[in-house]
Formats: sequence, C-alpha cells, structure tokens
Amino acid sequence: MSDTAEKVKKIVVEHLGVEEAKVTDTASFIDDLGADSLDTVELVMAFEEAFGVEIPDDAAEKITTVKDAIDYIEAQKAA
Amino acid sequence: MFGLDGKVALVTGATGGIGAEIARALHGQGAKVALSGTRQEKLEALAAELGEGVLVAPADLSDPAAPQALVEKVEAELGRLDILVNNAGFTRDGLAMRMSDKDWSDVIEVDLAAPFRLARAAMRGMMKRRSGRIVSIASIVGTTGNPGQANYAAAKAGLIGMSKSLAQELASRGITVNVVAPGFIRTPMTDALNEQQKARLMERIPLGRMGEATDIAAAVAYLASDAAGWVTGATLHVNGGMAMT
Repeated sequence: MSDTAEKVKKIVVEHLGVEEAKVTDTASFIDDLGADSLDTVELVMAFEEAFGVEIPDDAAEKITTVKDAIDYIEAQKAA
Repeated sequence: MFGLDGKVALVTGATGGIGAEIARALHGQGAKVALSGTRQEKLEALAAELGEGVLVAPADLSDPAAPQALVEKVEAELGRLDILVNNAGFTRDGLAMRMSDKDWSDVIEVDLAAPFRLARAAMRGMMKRRSGRIVSIASIVGTTGNPGQANYAAAKAGLIGMSKSLAQELASRGITVNVVAPGFIRTPMTDALNEQQKARLMERIPLGRMGEATDIAAAVAYLASDAAGWVTGATLHVNGGMAMT
C-alpha cells in the first residue's frame, strides 16, 4: 500500500469511526461506510489539510470511494 | 446553571451597547471572550473593564476576507472557538423609493453576509470538537418589517432563515444555531425620541418599558450554555411582548 493510501485510510477510519478492515479500496463512503453528506465534506477537508492539496467542489463530488480519494490525491501530488 | 467555564466566545460588534453587554455576560459566566468591532479604543476600554481572559480583535466586517481571518486569530490566540455571537450590524434607513443599491448591499453585506462567513469559518473547529454554539442577533423587524428599513429587515430575516438551515446542517455534530431577536432596546438613539414618540412606542409594548441590553445578553448567555443543548433553529424574541410570533 502506498503512503497516500495508508494515510487516506487512516483518516477515513478516524473520521467515520469504522473498522480498518472495512475501509477497502472500493468501499463507498456513503453506501458502505455509513457516511452522511456532512461526513463527506469533512473528509475532503481532512484530506486537504493532511496532504496540503486543494480539492475543488466539482472534484470533491466525484470522490465517492476510498480509491477515488487516493487516486485524486496522488494525481495532484504528481502534478 | 449557564456556566461557561473553559469556553471561548467571539462577540462581534462588542463596541455597541448590546454587544458589550453580551461580552460582559459571557465573561461573567466564565468564558474567555474575544471582542471584535471597528473601534479599537472602545474595545480596549471594555477589555480593561473585564480583566483577564479577553482578546481584543478589531475587524472590519465589510471586508469579505475579515471573518475568516478573525476566527483564525481567535483560535490561534485563545486556542479554540466554542461560541460565536453574530452581533455586529448597522442600519442605513430610507424609504425604498429612495434607497440606493449601495444602501441595500452595504447593509446586507455586514448584517447578513458577514455572519454567514463567520459561521462558516467557525463551524470547522466546532465540527471537529462535536460541539459549538452559534447565536445571531436579529431584530423584531426581521419578523414584522418596518417602513424605512427594507434592507435591515431583509438582513435580519435572512439571519433567521440562515440559522435554521445551519441548525439542520450541523445538528448531528452537536452544534446549535439560534437567533435572539430584540425589540426596542434603550439606547442613546431611543433616548433622543420625544415624549410623544416614547408614549406611542410604549402603547405597543405590553410589558410597558423599553428593553435593556442586559435583557438581550441574558438570552444569549442561555443559548450559549450547555443548558440550551436541546434548542436549535429557534428564534428567541425578547421584545416585551411587542410581537408574539
């Protein structure tokens, strides 16, 4: 697992209070991990803080799974 | 019962009569209080009166960047922000026929947009801590309307709608969002009314007197406290019975 993936999953575990095992790449924040819309906003803000990236609203809307978040952040960091 | 030990509050418009009294009340309940306003000397004087646990934080809320910077300053200097009191506001009265776009938008900007920006900045830390209080000072005219105050009444009504929306958005995070709507409060401005004007006003106030700033401050202290933990999206009318909504 990449550093980014590890960090993303840690943030998700902390914010949503879910078991680590449930936070798989394909897990959907809302459908699988019980997040509500406010949780998803909080997660995006937490990712922004942790990785020092900006995630605009239109990009944030498309981040629905753990893998979406990892891919987006890695792409931003590579850019 | 309404103790605020360990809490940090920000009061905007703390140089005004009502704002200063709110700051005194919250400080008296044990909160650390950040005093904001545009007149530095008046803030300093209030800070000197209150003593320890006070931060002077001047800000010009007509600047759209000021609210975020103000909240950041409070969090940096006092460690956190638990209670936001949106009290700052001003009037620029005139009949609608003669009201300029600028008179309209200046009032909306400071009386409605700035409170929104302050709430948005404050809610971040509150969400993380799963607790917070946002109290906005509206006005009876936000509910009843008032000739010559289309701009002010719209802003104050806007605060009520905004607060109800934020209350629903933030309830699951332990943050309550409420409004205190004062009626006619005794100020230098109302003192200047002549006897006949005062008598006409009194006829409309069942409790038979003007309000005092302390009447408003007490309502804010209640809503800011843990005792009001089951109250959100509410508008507490403090108006001597002038309008019962």
